[in-house]
Amino acid sequence: MPTQATPQAEPDRVTITLTVNGKPRSLALEPWTTLLDLLREELGLTGTKKGCDHGQCGACTVLLDGRRVNSCLALAVMQDGASVTTIEGLAAADGTLHPMQTAFIEQDAFQCGYCTPGQICSAIALLEEDHAQNPDEIRELMSGNICRCGAYPNIVAAIEQVMASGGEPAP
Amino acid sequence: MLKEPHVGAPRSRVDGRAKVTGEAKYAAEFPAPGLAHGHVVSGAIARGRITGIDTTAACAVPGVLEVFTHENRPRTAWFDYKHRDEVAPPGSPFRPLYDETILYSGQPVALVVAEDSGTARHAASLVRVEYEAGAHETDLLRAREDAYVPPKRRSGISPPPKPRGDAVAALAEAPLRVEAEYRIATEHHNPMEMHATTVVWEGGGKLTVHDKIQGVLNSQGYICNVFGLSKEDVRVVSPFVGGAFGSGLRPQYQLFLAVMAALALKRSVRVVLTRDQMFTFSHRPETINQVALGAAADGMLRAIRHDAIGATSRFEDHQEVVVNWSGLLYHCDNVELGYKLAQLDIHTPADMRAPGAPLGVFALESAMDELADKAGIDPLELRLKNYAETDENEGKPYTSKELRAAYRLGAERFGWSRRSAAPRSMREGRELVGWGLASGVWEAQMQQTSARAVLTADGRLEVATATADIGTGTYTILAQIAADAFGLPMESVTVRIGDSSLPKSPIEGGSWTAASAGSAVQAACHAVRETLFRHARGAEGSPLGNADLDHVAFVDGRIVLAADPDRGIGLIEAMRAGGAERIEHEQTASPDKANQKRYSSYTHSAIFAEVRVDEELGVLRVTCIVTAVAAGKILNPKTARSQVIGGVVWGMGMALEEETLADHRLGRFMNHNLAEYHVPVNADVHDIDVIFVEEQDSRTSPIGVKGLGEIGIVGTAAAIANAIHHATGKRIRDLPITLDKLLERPPAERAR
Ligand code: FES
Ligand code: FES
Repeated sequence: MPTQATPQAEPDRVTITLTVNGKPRSLALEPWTTLLDLLREELGLTGTKKGCDHGQCGACTVLLDGRRVNSCLALAVMQDGASVTTIEGLAAADGTLHPMQTAFIEQDAFQCGYCTPGQICSAIALLEEDHAQNPDEIRELMSGNICRCGAYPNIVAAIEQVMASGGEPAP
Repeated sequence: MLKEPHVGAPRSRVDGRAKVTGEAKYAAEFPAPGLAHGHVVSGAIARGRITGIDTTAACAVPGVLEVFTHENRPRTAWFDYKHRDEVAPPGSPFRPLYDETILYSGQPVALVVAEDSGTARHAASLVRVEYEAGAHETDLLRAREDAYVPPKRRSGISPPPKPRGDAVAALAEAPLRVEAEYRIATEHHNPMEMHATTVVWEGGGKLTVHDKIQGVLNSQGYICNVFGLSKEDVRVVSPFVGGAFGSGLRPQYQLFLAVMAALALKRSVRVVLTRDQMFTFSHRPETINQVALGAAADGMLRAIRHDAIGATSRFEDHQEVVVNWSGLLYHCDNVELGYKLAQLDIHTPADMRAPGAPLGVFALESAMDELADKAGIDPLELRLKNYAETDENEGKPYTSKELRAAYRLGAERFGWSRRSAAPRSMREGRELVGWGLASGVWEAQMQQTSARAVLTADGRLEVATATADIGTGTYTILAQIAADAFGLPMESVTVRIGDSSLPKSPIEGGSWTAASAGSAVQAACHAVRETLFRHARGAEGSPLGNADLDHVAFVDGRIVLAADPDRGIGLIEAMRAGGAERIEHEQTASPDKANQKRYSSYTHSAIFAEVRVDEELGVLRVTCIVTAVAAGKILNPKTARSQVIGGVVWGMGMALEEETLADHRLGRFMNHNLAEYHVPVNADVHDIDVIFVEEQDSRTSPIGVKGLGEIGIVGTAAAIANAIHHATGKRIRDLPITLDKLLERPPAERAR
């Protein structure tokens, strides 16, 4: 059995403010906490997935001030003052889905669904970046998000659907 | 007028919303009060024993609750059979933290449990383990010398059929011969979700377990046997599984460790593996195929020999169907097939998407391509010439086989007739273009499954069975089947699966879930219908008074006369008339034994691949795949297409990328991460065109379904390898076909 260690002082926590899905939060964090672990383990936002914890799969992609990042590679304390949008924050308050979410359902752009939150966040940022004009460029710029179920052709179709509708919800 | 049924129509997934909003919860995502977190310490040598474990530093970390090792682990069942899960192969199952023996590299040697995951992970790094290393062997090319025919066959896996004719003599006399060795590297499943278990301590000795598993009943049975618990006290609930592809058929060691810790600490525990630990259990076994084909000058097959050696562990004989396909796909009177295992110091391999088939079929379909070359015959013509009308392994007719139509439709869509025969003869710009084809085959099966259907007076229907949805679309097709049984919209149906308290279902695997769970749900719905219909007939002034069940239809929430759909009675009205608040029935669907005796049942496919090779840059792209699949009834063309596309992408990975490399000096896999173990990414995948060939099959399952989970991968690697040969003139018999192999000539000794 482990010895009953005399309670030590909590390691120094760092306090930051972070806007998560539109809600400002003040958080006292251990400095080594990644943004991903903060979301999943401390805030209970498990929609953001962990697929490798090493920046190799894209499952943890979130929107940080509108840009897509691998949240497993981002230390939470470095995001003081930033705004994070996760998959849970994409739909409107009345439950209306973001056009990209709708397109993913309509194009069957997932199977097991585990890579899906990362794919959707990545795809939304991709359109914002405005670098992808054709399917080949979409494929290239979505290659940081692995889908082991192999839904790639349908992911491209979903992104094209949103591009074609100018980002408006499909009729 | 009857409305278009849901079955057969392209419907979006009913669990789609949960998956695109992050609401779908996977095994590591269920909360529990007072949850403790376990982190696994992985062993560092391939074989030997632990001589000492020092956990002092780990235990001293504030927040650490316990460090479990073989020295202090709680007792578990003594007998081997208690550790055997539903699908364990013959042998002695691996027991985590059992004793000091090390059986393979990466074996779990300790579990650190702490208040939070970061602390557990940190403390795990402080556990010091001393070993005494023994001599190990992880190289199949050396171990093949000691390969043996497995003495005990694995249940559900047919050993090679008895030889027919005299393959040796026929081969010696054949004017055309192809003899070569084909190899496939070790591959790891790598579902995106890492294996994880959350055990919720409910108090009173009761556990709720969220496990990453393809069959909740398998986890439940395993836990109860190993820890001596009763089924009433253990409920396994896994509504969503983030991919598995076979890695979740058998309970993996994180389940054992999480339950062990929860029982010992009497609190909730979660254990999540890391990505590199995903390389420390199941994998597709490295496999060596030797194939010899003998043919007449016109390409008619005279002899087929196919011998395979698959890797297994030292403690279990994992077996797959690798060679049998070679006796099945073509008509041939002289066939001899053999299958052996060779033991290595590795964990037992596991079924991985279409276990066995893509390995053996890669070899056979590559050899057929080589034969077509030798005979100067178009590869498609060669296959049609040698088409098998019956299952010659078993001497049985097929329940259905539309492979010929698949060849034709696939070839038309692909434009195969425009292919110029000679290798290196098609070019566009600086790229060589190659077209190749192959056949695919997988067994169509149904397994006994039970399901429950409950219709309530608010017009809602719930159907339930313990099976899983690992991304296959089970939720959706069950909703379609159930909705159609009552003419209800799919929104009125709730599907419950992935819960051990629901009616019994086998593990989800082998492509049998749609046929099995689908038939069971339909049977349960039909039983409810009968009761409902009795109520409907008995209602006062019922227009159905004299009708029987065959003469009515269930449309738009009403039971109507098929001949006169204006006359009928609402479902809710009928229930009220019978005074029923709910109608509930459980039914079991079983395969038809008589049909199974008389017929063979397989799905088939014809795969056409285009590759483009830039020889100067050494760039290879698979620019188009057309796959025509004959798989009986297609319940949902939308999710079915996704299933097949997924399989094809796996075939691309097998052909070009996937390979777990071992450092044989250390007996250890080297590329245990997603940066170095390559799987296809979006940029690798171009056009994939899926054709479903019309195929009527009334004998495989009551609902006409043959299954789709595996067929997409089988043959795909061969089609790509054949296309590469057509593009470059290089025949590479060693998967994956990485650029180094493409740039160099393959070692001559492999093409005997
Ligand atoms: S979990 Fe962050 S990239 Fe894989
Ligand atoms: S949907 Fe399963 S990994 Fe992408």
